[in-house]
Amino acid sequence: MSDIVFSIDGKEVKAKEGQTVLEVARENGISIPTLCWHELLEPFGACRLCIVEVESRGSSRLVVSCVYPAEKNISVKTRSEKVDRIRKMILELQLAHAPDAFILQDYAKEYGADRNRFEKEPSFCIHCGLCVRYCNEVKKANAVGFVDRGIRKEISFIPEIAAKECWGCKECFPLCPTEALQAAYVLVEALAFPPGDGDGSK
Amino acid sequence: MPRINSPAELEALRKEIVSKRDPNKTCITLCSGSACHASGSKEVAAKIDEEIEKQGLATKVDFRKTGCHGFCERGPIIVIRPDEICYFQIKPEDVPEIISETIVGKKIADRLVYNDPVTKEKIVRESEIPFYKNQGRIVFGSNVSVDPKNIDDYLAIGGYSALAKALTAMTPDSVLQEVKKANLRGRGGGGFPAGVKWEGSRNAKDPIKYVIVNADEGDPGAYMDRSLLEGNPHAVLEGLTIGAFAVGAHEGYIYVRQEYPLAVENVNIAIKTAEELGLQGKNILGSGFDFVVKVHRGAGAFVCGESTALMTAIEGRAGEPRPKYIRSNIVGLWGKPSVLNNVETWANVPLIINNGADWFTKYGTETSKGTKIFSLVGKITNTGLVEVPMGTPLKEIIYDIGGGIPNGKKFKAVQTGGPSGGCLPENLLDLPVGFDELTKAGSMMGSGGMIVMDEDTCMVDVARYFMEFLTDESCGKCVPCREGMRQMLKILTNITKGKGKEGDIETLEQLSETAIEAALCALGKSSPNPFLSTLKYFRDEYEAHVKEKRCPALSCKELIAFYIDPAKCNACTTCARKCPSEAIIGGKNLIHIVDQAKCTKCGTCFEVCPPKFRAVTKISGVPVPPPVPEESRKIVREGKQK
Repeated sequence: MSDIVFSIDGKEVKAKEGQTVLEVARENGISIPTLCWHELLEPFGACRLCIVEVESRGSSRLVVSCVYPAEKNISVKTRSEKVDRIRKMILELQLAHAPDAFILQDYAKEYGADRNRFEKEPSFCIHCGLCVRYCNEVKKANAVGFVDRGIRKEISFIPEIAAKECWGCKECFPLCPTEALQAAYVLVEALAFPPGDGDGSK
Repeated sequence: MPRINSPAELEALRKEIVSKRDPNKTCITLCSGSACHASGSKEVAAKIDEEIEKQGLATKVDFRKTGCHGFCERGPIIVIRPDEICYFQIKPEDVPEIISETIVGKKIADRLVYNDPVTKEKIVRESEIPFYKNQGRIVFGSNVSVDPKNIDDYLAIGGYSALAKALTAMTPDSVLQEVKKANLRGRGGGGFPAGVKWEGSRNAKDPIKYVIVNADEGDPGAYMDRSLLEGNPHAVLEGLTIGAFAVGAHEGYIYVRQEYPLAVENVNIAIKTAEELGLQGKNILGSGFDFVVKVHRGAGAFVCGESTALMTAIEGRAGEPRPKYIRSNIVGLWGKPSVLNNVETWANVPLIINNGADWFTKYGTETSKGTKIFSLVGKITNTGLVEVPMGTPLKEIIYDIGGGIPNGKKFKAVQTGGPSGGCLPENLLDLPVGFDELTKAGSMMGSGGMIVMDEDTCMVDVARYFMEFLTDESCGKCVPCREGMRQMLKILTNITKGKGKEGDIETLEQLSETAIEAALCALGKSSPNPFLSTLKYFRDEYEAHVKEKRCPALSCKELIAFYIDPAKCNACTTCARKCPSEAIIGGKNLIHIVDQAKCTKCGTCFEVCPPKFRAVTKISGVPVPPPVPEESRKIVREGKQK
């Protein structure tokens, strides 16, 4: 099958059928910021930081590059006033939860995001789902998952599985973009005080 | 019942059913939808059965428990045919009188007929009551004559004849073209042309395809899909089967919320009886076409109304929208082409096939064809389900059908399109309802929720309420929706509490932009609508809250105070007696004073103060006047001065 030819930031690039814009950008050394993307995992499309502008047939729109498939003749702009403004807002929203995360601080510098814009609710977790998806897709262990929904959504280790699987693995810890220890903390909490254990601590 | 093997046998069965029914025989129909069920229609039904038996009328009177009639404000509703005598708000104790006086004695029970709240006129016949008269009920109208648990009723009114026509007299392609020509647009919210969606699936290469009914109705106050599915399940099933034939699907799903037990029950009965008759399953009507449908019960997540989240939920995973840029009619349920349409959309299909696209397009506007069912609720005289041709002005729905705003209050806004819709002000009341018209005005059609608000409603608080609903119901996957709404809700809550600050409105606007541009699914993208549309039309209310700490509607508790006008207080002591927090200082012949420190702003004093005094008032944005000094509180009454 022939290559799909399009442009990113004015540079002509080639893609194979099924590749996403983000993958092609990375192959060509063009950087697009991400928080929930990982090369070993299925694209998740949750942090929306990799948003870019795509122009095709005269009209332009915003798409997230980690899931947007490479298309013939499109013209991708990885930075624009609007893209930067949205990335800044996404970073400011996330900084309310993990104000000290290095990756957020680095991006904040680049996009002029104010870590104090929103009231702090330091939960550390920014819901990138890397731990959850790595455990599910790579390790096939499903020891950690999301619970609840909306603004109450959080990650949680499942004690029955974690007790067996996690001590020898812990591969999700370094994946956590905010605070690796957070993963450890949640794990220990789940193991030491399983919900419904009746010790009154939960 | 024997299996029906051809359209001719279907027609023969219909004739047989009709021939056994005397159109002149008295038939009592009782609305037994969920709303009337809640108002006691089950007890009324038991009483009717009992009375018919007791008065020896078992052979002379038919009794039919039908689905929702729509006029839920006045339920339970009885219609006695063929005279079409309509009685409202029936209680079991009314039944003996209805049977002996009206059925046997042929006399109208005056106290039970419709009493027009505006003209004070008493109206006996259903079709003459303004609520019904001003509607155009092509989809919903059958509800009143069909017992949803009895397929005979549906067959008697020509049920499944559209399916027979599609399967034997048409090709999948001609069915598709008819629906495309009718320009039937999705009734669930998006307004996407159903025919185009079907065509995409039909042309997709994968031989396995699915058709799905979206009955995950979740908008607050909206219940038209419930009433259709529980009131006339065969219409939905017939439409779905026709769609399956057009698309080339042999399996279908009905995704219905767990909270709709009657809909689940009735649709399951409908599927079972249709299967027994050969209207579902293998070799439908002897045509060689196979189609089976399964009911999937949803576990109460609003976001599962979003098409990809719904499919994910059917697959057994957490109901979250998919991030992919591929339409689900191409890659949907289990990766197969899947056509998902809303209950009402499917229910329109048999009508289009039977009557033709040209008939259907007679109703409606240039771009929105047919009718739409709205659930008219809120501060409206006639609460209920109304079906009108697209293009009907909002004013007609609210005033001619809805009977206007009760209690002499002024209209303020109408919220359409569910939580992610918008609020339209009075100067837009002439707007014709249609997909594009509503979107252009900053709201949307949504699935047909229509919440009327009067002058006592605070528009900032309305935005806060819907934002709270959406933060609860967001799946929580993407940042612009989960985190953006978290912050929007915080800011809106602060504004309604008098803690709004300069710049709040601008921050809300920026958060809205992020959601619109970057959120993952349609729900997230439309989540700022409650804020944006209220800001667009009621900016002055936002500014009053932020700058003057004043709630113009006198509704936000933390911004108002209850105050007794000393010149109007007659020391009747009612407010002091009713106040649950003992915050009213008073006594016999003493002007009453609200102790602001103790007042919890429950509003009881305001409600109980006799209308002839109207001494209790609400104030906002200004300081509460100091209480009358104790020595001047004595009321000296005229005539008692001596």
